[in-house]
Amino acid sequence: MQITSTGPTDPGPTVHQATTATTATSSAPVAGARPMSDISTVQRSPRFASFRRTWQLYAMLALPMLWLLIFQYIPMWGVQIAFRDYKARGGFGGLWTAEWVGLANFDRFFHSYNFWPILQNTLVLNVYSLVAGFPLPIILALALNYVTRTWFKKTVQMVSYAPHFISTVVIVGMILQLLSLNGIFNQFLGLFGFDPIAFMSKPEYFKSIYVWSGVWQSVGFSCIIYLAALAGIDPSLHEAAILDGASKLQRMRDIDLPGIMPVAAILLILNMGTLLSSGFEKIILMQNPLNISASEVIDTYVYNVGLASQVPQFSYATAIGLFKSVIGLILLLSVNWIARRFRAASLF
Amino acid sequence: MNTRGIKDRGGDRIFNIVNYTLLMLFLIAVAYPLVYVVSASFSDPRAVISGKMWLWPVDITLEGYKAVFRNPKIITGFRNSLFYTVSGTIISVVLTLLAAYPLSRRDLKGRGIIMGLFLFTMLFNGGLIPTYLTVRSLGIINTPFAMILPAALSVYQVIITRTFFQSTIPDELLEAAHLDGSSDFRFVRDNVIPLSMPIIAVNALLYAVGQWNSFFNALIYLTNQSLFPLQLILREILIQNQMDMTNFGDVAQQMQRQNLQDLLKYSLIVVASLPVLIIYPFVQKHFVRGVMIGSLKG
Repeated sequence: MQITSTGPTDPGPTVHQATTATTATSSAPVAGARPMSDISTVQRSPRFASFRRTWQLYAMLALPMLWLLIFQYIPMWGVQIAFRDYKARGGFGGLWTAEWVGLANFDRFFHSYNFWPILQNTLVLNVYSLVAGFPLPIILALALNYVTRTWFKKTVQMVSYAPHFISTVVIVGMILQLLSLNGIFNQFLGLFGFDPIAFMSKPEYFKSIYVWSGVWQSVGFSCIIYLAALAGIDPSLHEAAILDGASKLQRMRDIDLPGIMPVAAILLILNMGTLLSSGFEKIILMQNPLNISASEVIDTYVYNVGLASQVPQFSYATAIGLFKSVIGLILLLSVNWIARRFRAASLF
Repeated sequence: MNTRGIKDRGGDRIFNIVNYTLLMLFLIAVAYPLVYVVSASFSDPRAVISGKMWLWPVDITLEGYKAVFRNPKIITGFRNSLFYTVSGTIISVVLTLLAAYPLSRRDLKGRGIIMGLFLFTMLFNGGLIPTYLTVRSLGIINTPFAMILPAALSVYQVIITRTFFQSTIPDELLEAAHLDGSSDFRFVRDNVIPLSMPIIAVNALLYAVGQWNSFFNALIYLTNQSLFPLQLILREILIQNQMDMTNFGDVAQQMQRQNLQDLLKYSLIVVASLPVLIIYPFVQKHFVRGVMIGSLKG
């Protein structure tokens, strides 16, 4: 029995439990009222009793588990088409007859002329996002933490959380409007005598537009978690520091910053896990034939060769996706391992 | 000692000035694009293009909004999105409760394994193509089910909800209920759900906003125009520039085609974001609470 503490409340028919209940508690009538079972059932009864007690919990789990099976584990099982030559057009129907090709699909991707540019775009885009987007919520939280006027703090929070709730399609729509040839951004540049720039058609601007619009959208909401961590710092540390004559800048550096480091470390680890896969939906929307040399990343390539193409290459696209997932998993586990080794925070 | 204290306070004053100034600039940087889009949606497009309109509306007009509400595709998309959001949210919230409650119970045998099955999907999944093929095998492509079922459960929210149950439903309550002969079903209905309204609100909001804003599942699972959610229509109009101007008839004759398109885009951005942004100030604290509960477990 896993849980002996609930024994008294448990009307299980095992001899052992019945005795515990009778001798140990006043709820004896409940347990005593149960008919005694014969020897043969006693031997396998603990498991049976436990199930009888908790079958309703399993019944509740049935639907979510069914969902998990269908929409998570069957696709995982289907990943094997990465190692097959699968061409059928009717779901997984032709899967069993599809020929095994080993690592041929992976080989083709690694030797494709697209491989290095795509890998480079993926890494640059995500590292750029991380470098630009990771410190800013921390800085914002530190700054907000020293704002004493509640209405001002509330206003900044309210306004900066709002973009988080705007859909990706609308965000990209806004980017296109504001950066268009006669949009506000070019009007502004025009004041300084610049000619209008077709931002979305120039590959060299793609990454910055992607990253800084992302920062604009998420910096406010991402700082919530740091504000919570700052609120959890022992106020007596600040009181002592003030008595010692520490300035606000010193308190920020020596009390607040170390205080939120564990949270920052965990978020950094989580970000590492998605280093190859963030922002896919936004990139798909921002992508056009003119900027594709800067905007084609692994995920968009999977979509373009696997689903958007006239001749979908399911096996090839799955192999590329699997390559990305495996690298992502390795990254996550190794960063986590390093973090644990240095006695910082870790996920597991 | 005294002079140092004064000097430091002087330093703090500079700190405060710099701090408030930077936050003010940040506030303007975040708010300006939002204000600009809203103002542009009410302004004469010629004023917008010429740069006369830079903060508040100039030559106020409602033509953009009229065009939005005259467009049958946008109306259909709005209705579809509303349907997907309401039905999807109900299904998602129920599924999340059904998963999270048993997983919060310590006497559930095999809890570790089942939890592991859920958590593993956060580390690794089948990926785009196998998921698409699975949905296709189920025969739900081009049906509303394709919009609702594949995204019905978020493991992250199951974890948040489970953490909430573990920290708010006392063991004594369960023991007392069992003593009274109450079954687990009844315990959930009579005790757990009434105590869990905050987390149900958080879940409902997160799922609803997610469903309202999502476009990718629609993009890959739907080809039938009449089923398209609003976001997919928005993609056509805002991003792919596909607009059927015949629907605007006489208005199109009055204004330049390009101008009206721009105006309609600004208005459409506002209309599409409105449902979420209207409820947002009232429910902001629930979202914040969602983040907080999620961070409890790290």
